[in-house]
Order: sequence, then C-alpha cells, then structure tokens
Amino acid sequence: MANTSAGVPKSLEAVKLSCVRGDRLVFEALEFTLVPGEVLQLVGANGSGKTSLLRLLSGLALPYAGTVRWDGRDVHQQRLFWHRNLCVIGHLSGVSASLTARENLAVAVALGAGGLHANVVEALGVVGLSTCIDTLAARLSAGQRQRIALARLVMSKAPVWLLDEPLTALDLDGKRLVESLLRTHTSRGGLAVLATHQPVDSSNLNVRNFQLRGVGSE
Amino acid sequence: MNFMRAAAAILQRDIRRLLRRRGQWTQPLMFFVMVVVLFPFALGSGEITASIVPAVVWTAMLLATTLSLEEIFRSDFDDGSLDQLALSPHPLPLLLLAKAIAHWLTALLPLILMAGALARALNLAPTPLWTLLVTLLLGTPVFSLVGTLASALTIGLRGGALLLALIVMPLYIPVLIFGAGAVNNAALGLPTSGEMFFLAGLAVLAATLAPFAAAAGLRSRLS
Amino acid sequence: MFASWHKYASLMHFHALSQRVSPWCFGLSAVLFAAGLIGGLGLAPTDYQQGESFRIIYVHVPSAWLSMFAYIVMATAGALSLIWKVKLGEVIARACAPLGASFTALALVTGALWGKPMWGTWWAWDARLTSELLLLFLYLGYIALQAAIDDRRAAARAGAVLALVGVVNIPIIHYSVEWWSTLHQPATITKLGAPSIATSMLIPLLLMAFASQVFFFAVLLVRTRCEILEFERHTQWVKALVGRSSMPTVIA
Repeated sequence: MANTSAGVPKSLEAVKLSCVRGDRLVFEALEFTLVPGEVLQLVGANGSGKTSLLRLLSGLALPYAGTVRWDGRDVHQQRLFWHRNLCVIGHLSGVSASLTARENLAVAVALGAGGLHANVVEALGVVGLSTCIDTLAARLSAGQRQRIALARLVMSKAPVWLLDEPLTALDLDGKRLVESLLRTHTSRGGLAVLATHQPVDSSNLNVRNFQLRGVGSE
Repeated sequence: MNFMRAAAAILQRDIRRLLRRRGQWTQPLMFFVMVVVLFPFALGSGEITASIVPAVVWTAMLLATTLSLEEIFRSDFDDGSLDQLALSPHPLPLLLLAKAIAHWLTALLPLILMAGALARALNLAPTPLWTLLVTLLLGTPVFSLVGTLASALTIGLRGGALLLALIVMPLYIPVLIFGAGAVNNAALGLPTSGEMFFLAGLAVLAATLAPFAAAAGLRSRLS
Repeated sequence: MFASWHKYASLMHFHALSQRVSPWCFGLSAVLFAAGLIGGLGLAPTDYQQGESFRIIYVHVPSAWLSMFAYIVMATAGALSLIWKVKLGEVIARACAPLGASFTALALVTGALWGKPMWGTWWAWDARLTSELLLLFLYLGYIALQAAIDDRRAAARAGAVLALVGVVNIPIIHYSVEWWSTLHQPATITKLGAPSIATSMLIPLLLMAFASQVFFFAVLLVRTRCEILEFERHTQWVKALVGRSSMPTVIA
C-alpha cells in the first residue's frame, strides 16, 4: 500500500498467477509487471491460456493461486475500484443484436464506460459507423459490430485496457484503427494487455511480447 | 446517483430488447393458457370447478414462469454483454435487481392479467378473483427475484433449462402454498390476511437477499 | 489458536488429520450403534399404542435430524469457501451433499415404512414428511448443479450460493408446509414426540442419534479426503502420495 503515492506510476502486476480450467493446469507461477505506456501482447497457440489470463486480469475469473495488483492493490479484493480503471473488449463483442449502435453504446456509458459526458455519436464517427448510428446491430456485419465494441475504447478514460482478439472480423482499416487507438492510449499514459494472432504494427508503440506455453494436461 | 442510472439503463434495455423480438413475450402467455386448458382434459369432466381454479392458475403460473427464466441471461451470455455487466464499476446486485424487475414487467405482468381473465372465464367468484390478483401481484416478484438467482447459477450449462427448473421449483413452493391458500380461503369466506402477510414478507426477503445471491452466483458462472 | 486452525484449513494437513481421526470415528460410532440398537430393539418397552413398529424411530429420527444437520454443515462450509475463500470449505460442502441426501432419503423411506402401520398408507402429506421431501429436492438440485459444472472451483462457488439460499429457505419451506398441512388435514396425524417419552425409550434414541452423528462425521472425513485428492491432483504432494501408495492409478 505504501507505493500508491501520486508520484509513483501505477503499474499492473501479475504475481505467481496460476490458472486451472476443469482438470487442466493452464499456466503456473506466471509473473509480469506492466508500466504506463506499455502494451503487453500475449502470444501463444490456441489453448495456451490467453483468454483465461485476460479473464483473470479483468477480475471476472479467480486465480487458482497468485494475485493481480493494480497500483499495489489486489484487484480481486477491490473489484469495483479495479473496474473503474478498466476497459475490456472480450472475445465476444458485448454488442446486443436487437439494439442499435447508439443504444448499445448508451448502455455501455450508463454501465460506466467513458464517464458521464461521453459523446456516443462522436465515438461512433471515429470508428467509422457514422452512417449506421441508428441501425440495429443485427443488420450490421460482424466487423461493424466489432467496431461498436471498439467505440467503447474511443470513449474510455480508463488507464488499463484488456483486449481479447480485438482484430477479429476487422478489415485492414479496422486493424489500423485499433493500432491508432492503442497509440493514443499509451501516449496518454495508459497501458494495455492484448491477445491477438496478428502481428501489430509496433511503430510508435512500446509492445512487449509475452509467450504463453501450455503447461500441458495431466 | 450514477448507479441508479446504470440500473435504469439495464431495465430500459431489457424491456426494449424483448419488445423488439416480436412474439417472444407472448410465448410464456401461450404456454400458460395451454397448461390451463390441459386440466379439463385430464380431469375428464371437461369442466374446471371453481374450487380447483386457484390450484390450476397458480400451478400454470409457476410452470410458465419457470419456462421464461432461461431467457433472463441467455442472450446476454451469448453476445458477451454479461461480461460487461459484471465488469461495471456499479454494484452488480443492483444491476441484477433491475434485470429481475425487467423480467417481472415483461414476462409476469402479462401473465397476471391473463390469469385474471382466465380465472373469470372459469367462473371464479369476484371475491376470490380479487384475492387471486393480489396474491399474484405479491407472489410473482418472488418468482422473478428467485428465478433471476437460479438462472444466474445455471448460465451456459448444458441441460440448463431442466436443471434450472429442478433448482427453482422447491424454492417456489412456499409462494405456491400461500398464494393458492389465500384464494382458497377467500372462496370459503375465510380471512386471508395471514397468507397475504406471508407473501409480502417473502417478497421483501427475496428483494433484499436474492440480488446479492444472484450476483455471487453470476460471478461464479463467469469465472 | 488461529494459526493452528489455519494450518488445518490447508488441504494437505486436513488430509493427514482426517486419515488419523476417521478410524476412531468409525470405531466410536460402531460401539454407539451397538449400544443404541441393543437398547432400542431389545431393552426398550413396547409402545402401548403403536406396538413394535415404533422401534423404527431409532433409525428414522436420527436420520431426519442428520438430514437437516448435514445441510447446515454444507451451507456453513459453502459460506466459508465463498466469503473467506477457504478451500477446505469447498471440498467439505461437495463431500457433504450426497451424505445429506442419503440421510434424507433414509428418513423418507423409514417414514413411509412407519406410516404404513400407523396411517394405513405409505405416504401421507404430513408436514414433516413433506418438508423432508422438499429438503431432498434441495439436495438433488445442489448435486445436479455440481454435476453440470466442469470446473471444480466454479462448481464449488455456485454450489455454495445455492446451499446458502437453501439454508434461508429451509425454515420458510418448513413453516409454510406446516401452515399448509394444518389447514388441509387438521389432527389426522398422531404426532411423535409425545410429551412424556419413557426414559428407557429415550436413552437408546439419544445413543442412536449420537452414533449417527459420529458416523456422519466419519464418512464425511473419508469423502472429504477423496475430494481433496481429486481437487489437488496436480499438486506435488498428491502426486508424491499417489505415487508412493500401491493404488492402481490412471491419473498420472
């Protein structure tokens, strides 16, 4: 708790994290520290535990052993505090098909994304959806729905982003959008953990690779 | 009061979404009517006597409610909205209370109106009819609240609907006892205040405890 | 004090402790069962109303008591695991459910067997029997939920929530069923627990209750041990333990 003073940059730490899914030990005694401005790219084969790790970091899943700390505080103990500092794009977009793009984002704002005065229309413009603000998400393509999810990042003021396969279904232009969002985010002192199979253009980005190897099943 | 805004947004979203999926909200209603219609066939006489109307209506209500529970979290779970709900910096029990209210308004309120109409058609006298409506208004919130909890516990499980029914029905039995009991008493001209107080007490208890249990259950399912 | 308690909360220590304690529990329960059965079936006088059939209370009543007690143990263990993240709570709750369900089933079966000579029917909608039946449903719901969830910790947490909800509901169910049965069949049931039960009948009953209690703990310890081994199967100490013993194992 001593290192929470304003002068010290806030960091995201994983301490001896272990994860068990069902009967399988996914990873064991995993450690890293991430400081503002950094992007941690999780690399590993399918089933190596990228999604599991992101869910652990987000506070959705409990670790089998170990802790996750943000600013020196255990995120699983102080969940609401942690979630105020967090923006998560999961491998499912979190976009409801029977709501319009605008309504989807309005719910996200009410749930705490981006603060009270977030401009939904502007954010949808940034992700290239200004022509289908009031279209039902069911009528949009998978890539466009992913862009609705990305609009949450545009509005987000959270210092930590956790992104699970954010490039899914996106075209080249969409990929560039994610990269530029990450650049803006890190230049403002944010940090991000990113799981993706595609190489990210790391110019102006401080990307660190983190290899996940499956411990193997018993 | 940001958290109230969040809860209101969830409530509004759930209602709006259900109304957009045309026909979905009518399905529990049709199921309810069909269960009631089954009874005359099973009884053989082709006639439901007024004395078993409370039992028939309450049982059909319980079954129709159970059928509607799975939808509370299904689409949220499928599209990932549920994760976003659990990642919100607002208290999860409050958000789940909003979902329970949305379930009650969309699934159970139409059922209550239909139950009143059906009971009248089945010749329930006016006094027990009013008692039936009041007991339904007091008892069905418990159905929604406890149902939200049971639904949260079974999110995304194989055979979830049946498991959900198995878990939730024993918890519904006190409501069934007091609800149908009050209407039976009213039909016999006996006082009903005891059952009414019990139902009101159960509703208050469920409203205060169930959202917290539902939140804990939901978190366990998302982990 | 807390430190030593905390030590036993660690699964490995509990496993070792349970291995030492459970044989004693089995022994003690065997002695108590013998004493209780001799007292109950041999020495206690015949009931002047019910004849010899009353003697089933020496099985029925202890199992009915234990069916409730087991649920309380399960819910307490669940609360420990859910609120204080005690792993031991997870395994105990899981180990407890089938035991509790078995005692509930035993209480129901013996109740039905007793009902036949008493009421002339196997089943009457008597308040106690009915709430016992609902208790069985609660247990079965818990077990079904556990079986449906693959991940052990997730299953334990979901189960703990359900067990706690059940504990709040058991009194409600009990009183509502009592309310309902007094309305529907007033005074058709001769109640057990007549105000003056003869001492020579009571002592064997208490012995049997105590014996069942100890037996419950003995079996619970064994079941918990199995659960611990499965729960910790990827840890070093379990691998060492299983490797050392002559158990035929396919785990490794």
